[in-house]
Amino acid sequence: MATEDKRKTIQDKIREKAKDLLSNNTVDVIIGFGEGSLPLRTTPRFIRNPEKVDRLIWNSFCENNLSTYLHKLGQFKVGLVVKGCDARSVVALSLEKRFKPDQLYLIGVPCQRMVDRRKVSRTVKGEILQAREEGDLIYIKGDGFEVSLNRDDFLYSSCQVCIHRNPTHADVLVGDPVEESPLKETYQEVKAFEKMSPEERWRFFEKETSRCIRCYACREVCPMCYCTECFVDSSNPKWMAKDLSPADLEFYHIVRAYHQTGRCSGCGACERACPMEIRLTYLTQKLNMDVKELFDFETGIDTENLPPLSTYEIEDKQEFIK
Amino acid sequence: MKLKLNKKDFKPFLQSLIEEYDLFAPVQLVEGVSVFKKIDHPDEVDLSTPNPQKPAKELFFPQSETMFRYEKAGEKNKMTSTEEVKRERILFGARPCDIEAISIIEKVFVGEECTDVYFFEKRKKTTIIGLGCNHPLSTCFCSSAGGDPFLRAGSDLFFIDLGEAYFVELLTEKGMVFHKNKFFKEADSKDLTFVKELEEKAFEKVGYSIPVDGIEKRLNLMGESLFWDRVHEICMGCRICTYLCPTCHCFDIVDEDEHQTGQRVRNWDSCLSSLYSLETSGHNPRPTTRERTHQRLMHKFNYYPKHFGQVACVGCGRCILYCPVHFDIRQAILWTSSKRPRGLEGGMI
Repeated sequence: MATEDKRKTIQDKIREKAKDLLSNNTVDVIIGFGEGSLPLRTTPRFIRNPEKVDRLIWNSFCENNLSTYLHKLGQFKVGLVVKGCDARSVVALSLEKRFKPDQLYLIGVPCQRMVDRRKVSRTVKGEILQAREEGDLIYIKGDGFEVSLNRDDFLYSSCQVCIHRNPTHADVLVGDPVEESPLKETYQEVKAFEKMSPEERWRFFEKETSRCIRCYACREVCPMCYCTECFVDSSNPKWMAKDLSPADLEFYHIVRAYHQTGRCSGCGACERACPMEIRLTYLTQKLNMDVKELFDFETGIDTENLPPLSTYEIEDKQEFIK
Repeated sequence: MKLKLNKKDFKPFLQSLIEEYDLFAPVQLVEGVSVFKKIDHPDEVDLSTPNPQKPAKELFFPQSETMFRYEKAGEKNKMTSTEEVKRERILFGARPCDIEAISIIEKVFVGEECTDVYFFEKRKKTTIIGLGCNHPLSTCFCSSAGGDPFLRAGSDLFFIDLGEAYFVELLTEKGMVFHKNKFFKEADSKDLTFVKELEEKAFEKVGYSIPVDGIEKRLNLMGESLFWDRVHEICMGCRICTYLCPTCHCFDIVDEDEHQTGQRVRNWDSCLSSLYSLETSGHNPRPTTRERTHQRLMHKFNYYPKHFGQVACVGCGRCILYCPVHFDIRQAILWTSSKRPRGLEGGMI
């Protein structure tokens, strides 16, 4: 089946399932994706009326990790449209007992990898005014130009390295499972980073974080960042200054990443959200790689065991204690 | 006075400004990300994007600003004030929306009863060179919000890009200082015609499609409307829309101290953060994104207009472009109105 037909089928099935779930009161609300008001964009959409499921869409721009909304909707039964990475976040959250299992219905979409709208915008000269997907091509129209681009050349880096595109533990899969193999080596970003000298690594990190404006979008869009009081906001004890001093920006980004150890699904939402385009995923990728190598643990795959740093056993290796 | 500056003289002109003033202009930090920054060399100036991510308000109301320093020395406490701006400054390359926004903030910070010395000192010592917006983006709605792509108000000098040269207007006393600038030549009638054409083209592109007019009154009637239950839903509670907004001006004051010395710092704050309204008791009168989104929209389109007779939105479109979940403020405005243009209906409720 052509890519386009697959997308259409998925979209139809999402709507059909959403209608069922709302009509028979299995869920109170469906959270999926709706048409954005700009080309190359979608927006999260909350649907409560079974007659309005046609507002749900599926295309290559469904980039948000919708599981973040679960923190907002504690008292409701939610039907959630999830890609592979989003479903893994849901598993990680359920291990942390963020919701009751019967509160949630997962509509899983085997993911065709998402398109990086910024990469697309930068390829063309001028503002994009219209975009349309057809098969593997994206047709773009702007003020005085028209081009077609191959979608696979513009995928998010987090999507290129993804090896869990099929949602695990979804209640229903709307679409045939896709083949699980990365387009690029899974930890390529962090491996390239590791090859640098410590000075080069520091300079890179310093340069990236220097653009931070402390909007905390990386934190807010992350499903795993849900502390009632984040360490950056705490005034007693006060862990850091509130200004833009480099040391504090760096401290924030290091600790934010550290708190994700064994909990990050690698969805890349943090990096996509950043208005200053700070590179962030190489940090969490490093933690994901270490957790995989040291503990053979991958976020959101195992539904029984807690992340390695969230648990303790008397037999734990303790070579680090001298 | 109608003048022009040939592009070949542009960098020497900037260099001459650097020698006499602290010059601030858009600078690209990485591809696609720019801010207004102090310029040391004319090559740093980058005018390729219509609007840098961070608005020009930062020059007058910095994201983080030291208000004074203090030191405990024996029995005496020493305080050092920090508000003085030593050198005259020039802001170059801000668009009319950002400049209009500075005057919106000014109405709050500079008043009859009290004046914010930090803002006022910077404003007083800054000459603003505005830049006309030949190519507004599809997200721009300045005309609907009471401005326009070539609005001169607030600028001391105004530049319009004619391709080979900049058309230059000297608009105020501060601007007239430049009337004998050696780089400026007399503009001719052809230039004037071209300016007119550029203006018309830009006006046409921006249009008047967003019903900002009358929004204050419409919101008055929407006290407990279902609108408020729905409009906030997708908001994830980050601060992008408020920090990148050229008119948002909330701040938080903290003391950053170490041992016997310290400084009082004023940082940008955002009504979309839960911390903003958190009280010492632990009670939060705005506990969810519903109340916070209500505050954001009401402040812009109802409370501010009540005080100052205009909306606190200039239609720059930054909040639309950079919102991670694509909250479109134009749609929120549309949903308050019964006059929804075709094709922009959306389906929130």
